[in-house]
Amino acid sequence: MSFISYLINGISLGSVYAIIALGYTMVYGIAKMLNFAHGDVIMVGGFAVFTIVSTLGLPPVLGILAAVVICTALGMLIERVAYKPLRNASSPLAVLITAIGVSYLLQNVALLIFGANTKSFTSVVTISPLKLADGQLIISGETIVTIITGIVIMVCLTLFVHKSKAGQAMLAVSEDKGAAQLMGINVNGTIALTFAIGSALAAVAGVLLCSAYPSLTPYTGAMPGIKAFVAAVFGGIGSIPGAMIGGILLGIIEILGKAYISSQMADAIVFAVLIVVLLVKPTGILGKNIQEKV
Amino acid sequence: MKKFNKVMSVVMASAMTAALFAGCGNADAGTQTADSAPAAEEAASETGGDTAAAGAFKIGGIGPTTGSAAVYGLAVQNAAQLAVDEINAAGGINGVPIEFKFEDDECDAEKSVNAYNTLKDWGMQMLMGTVTSGCSIAVAENTAEDNMFQLTPSGSAVDCVKYDNAFRVCFSDPNQGAASALYIGENAIASKVAVIYDSSDIYSSGIYEKFTSEAANQPFEIVSAEAFTADNKTDFSVQLQKAKDAGAELVFLPIYYTEASLILSQASTMGYSPIFFGCDGLDGILNVENFDTSLAEGVMLLTPFAADAEDELTQNFVTTYKEKFGDTPNQFAADAYDAIYAIKAAGEKAGITPDMDMNAICEAMKGAMTEITLDGLTGVGMTWDASGEPDKAPKAVQIKDGVYTAM
Amino acid sequence: MKKMKIAKTTKNNLITYLIVLFAYLAVQVLLATGNISSLMKGLLVPLCIYVMLAISLNLTVGILGELSLGHAGFMCVGAFSGAFFSKCMDGAMPDGLRFFAALLIGAAVAGIFGILIGIPVLRLKGDYLAIVTLAFGEIIKNLVNVLYIGKDKNGFHFSMKDSISLHLDPEGQVIINGAQGITGTPHDASFTIGIILIFISLLIILNLINSRDGRAIMSIRDNRIAAESIGINITKYKLMAFSISASIAGVAGVLYAHNLSTLTALPKNFGYNMSIMILVFVVLGGIGNIRGSIISAVILTLLPELLRGLSDYRMLIYAIVLIAMMLLNWSPKAIEWKEGLKRYSKKEKGVK
Repeated sequence: MSFISYLINGISLGSVYAIIALGYTMVYGIAKMLNFAHGDVIMVGGFAVFTIVSTLGLPPVLGILAAVVICTALGMLIERVAYKPLRNASSPLAVLITAIGVSYLLQNVALLIFGANTKSFTSVVTISPLKLADGQLIISGETIVTIITGIVIMVCLTLFVHKSKAGQAMLAVSEDKGAAQLMGINVNGTIALTFAIGSALAAVAGVLLCSAYPSLTPYTGAMPGIKAFVAAVFGGIGSIPGAMIGGILLGIIEILGKAYISSQMADAIVFAVLIVVLLVKPTGILGKNIQEKV
Repeated sequence: MKKFNKVMSVVMASAMTAALFAGCGNADAGTQTADSAPAAEEAASETGGDTAAAGAFKIGGIGPTTGSAAVYGLAVQNAAQLAVDEINAAGGINGVPIEFKFEDDECDAEKSVNAYNTLKDWGMQMLMGTVTSGCSIAVAENTAEDNMFQLTPSGSAVDCVKYDNAFRVCFSDPNQGAASALYIGENAIASKVAVIYDSSDIYSSGIYEKFTSEAANQPFEIVSAEAFTADNKTDFSVQLQKAKDAGAELVFLPIYYTEASLILSQASTMGYSPIFFGCDGLDGILNVENFDTSLAEGVMLLTPFAADAEDELTQNFVTTYKEKFGDTPNQFAADAYDAIYAIKAAGEKAGITPDMDMNAICEAMKGAMTEITLDGLTGVGMTWDASGEPDKAPKAVQIKDGVYTAM
Repeated sequence: MKKMKIAKTTKNNLITYLIVLFAYLAVQVLLATGNISSLMKGLLVPLCIYVMLAISLNLTVGILGELSLGHAGFMCVGAFSGAFFSKCMDGAMPDGLRFFAALLIGAAVAGIFGILIGIPVLRLKGDYLAIVTLAFGEIIKNLVNVLYIGKDKNGFHFSMKDSISLHLDPEGQVIINGAQGITGTPHDASFTIGIILIFISLLIILNLINSRDGRAIMSIRDNRIAAESIGINITKYKLMAFSISASIAGVAGVLYAHNLSTLTALPKNFGYNMSIMILVFVVLGGIGNIRGSIISAVILTLLPELLRGLSDYRMLIYAIVLIAMMLLNWSPKAIEWKEGLKRYSKKEKGVK
């Protein structure tokens, strides 16, 4: 019975990672950059909801909407100011370092505005927990909502990318920027759109993360951000279903590792599994194998 | 062309650095009290024999004000400033005002030593710090070498007060671990105990170790001991599930309240309601902004300080702190407040004057610290011995209806 | 033609050595005349440590052309093995010799880890390699945090759980105490030793770059397939660069451990944050430019310290300066603008 309970907790944690990883993977697929600031956009989303719901006392729906709007705007602003000028820089590392700078910036701005004290986040989920097997197994409302949201987002994103015109443009830009431009695709616009979607997803992830684990500090986003990045790589970075699978698997491995191997070494176990997977399949579970051209 | 860029970047960077450096000379950021004479700006000489600006004691503080431990550092900074302001308003130490300056160490031992050196350049004569144990141990090495008087408000690891110039206000980790085990055993609160601790934190693992060894002499059994780490502190479902499966009636949480608030809410989600028992790190849990205090109902903790205590000293402190900084002080703040008053008491006992150099002050303070008795926020009749440990009794409190009640 | 070129690189390298030497002499003069603040004096050894880390990572990132996000892991390995040795041998051998041996041990252990990790990791490419090095760095940090080693008259005891399960004799001593790390490492590091170690690292790296092996390594970076086709042993050269880089980081770690009396593996000092910090030095100083790494390591280490006067705003300003410097140095537009400015500056015209 405890095994099933661990499994459920793993899926719950994993689905949060999955939603963050979806944002990561979208941005990586198109802009080919590791957006280290993604985790901090999640934190901004969390604070937006906290301010609106807990401080101003407005309904949670309004809070979520505002968080999405704020994060989308923030994501596009960051892309325009900090990343776009470096898109054609001679080394891809330049934009990576700038992303780290943005991450520090967001953390420290939040520290100055909200202070270092932990805020307790009121869950926006009001579904009561599901009790199975005489209360032996409990699935929290947050878990149910997170998993459903994750699946809905995954399906929508897949449909969007494969069926809509803008989505096709994204695919084209991710394949070959130059060729896409020649075909009349607005490359800058497409990349901006990707950042907008990625940041909107970050806002949703922020709300769900803080609902499931109700504590909020300026550093809340950093570690889940890194874990989600690992999840995205795990599933094959750039792949939308890969991010979902990678996230959930990562959550399950983390919880089971904690339960059956050592609670102190949970991270070591997660990272070790990642290394093994990458050695067997160097582009992740669902990653495309790109043949090197001479 | 490339070379030009390199040159340009270096020039740019050094220009920025230089500009900022020049700017910071007179931007000593509000932590100082109004000092009449302009502070001597010359660098400290090697012997440390420089004297402070005429007519003020220079007390320095070190702790994390940025980074993930910022909450503790900021509490200490605020409360110490509060105490300094009160003392100055009341005439200072031996009629001499205090200048107080606080430096950030980001909870990094290396940065802490940098902060210490910065304060030395400023002309610090006594150190109230550092806030965290790891940094405190590193800085203690330097203060011992320089013979600088050091009083740490909250550095609880044993080695923090290894040298005779260092004292502390809080309990040591082993002391708390043993006291907790003793309390649970003597009052027969539970027979099966689980522990959840932070293995990457010196404070938490220090208490855990002593608790475990003391538990062997007590009539209860530790049925599960699970750890978490600083990088993995959002999900506690496994640790709680194990405690639940082992049938623990009491979960001992020698951790800080930030993680504890998450543990309480996750335990409630999974329908597990043992007695939670914690140490001084748990104090502050009721003041987590927006926290549902009903989750903390029945939590017991051994703490030297309770923000809800009825005595006048605590009440005044909490009210003023709230007015000035907008939130309720935690135990770190209380320790810092007491630390400044302990310095005052010892300073008056030793009859120190601001023109003494730091070595002379340290020698005088070392002796005086063991002679004073302080009625502070974290204990009545606190005394210190030459080892640097305080002698005070922890109070056991239980949370009932969202407030602390003495047990 | 060929001679000219060699002369140019030699001259270039000489400048690098001279800068370090000059910096050393300048500091010595300041120390002798007492014109140096305690803060600067305390920063001297950390500066040496960061310079070594930056130039060693530049070997991996700039010369080998692989992005590593786990450099702090090697530093951690070096620091713990060196400090462990020093704690065991404290008093048993002369201090100077012991510290020298600790440095060698740190370098050797970190180098071995470099090879062990390099074998699987270097099969991967680009961002995948980056994430795996990050993973290794985190694993090392995590394992060090659960490592307990104690010593009593029965020899060494070892545990991965807690110090109680070491079952030491009452007079036994816990040397590595899990998260509490190693306390009381002798304070052996000094600025002179730091500078000597920088010199040695520079000698190794600069000579490697300009040697036959170095050219082989750079050919792998520039075109792996072409390099392979002319018979260059890819694995050997990749491992060579990676393990040398790791051992220098290990030496920097030993220096770190012998500069502070407490050594703990926190996310702050040995986590991915530190690895990224070192990467920032490398990228800002110029990828593949060793001298640039030295300069940027010094500037970026000093910057937050010099910003102390701004208290709460200092990390914020640090972040802004970092972003601004990256944009100015790397953005094609800014480069174009700067070049334009240079070209037209004589005519005194503001040119876009």
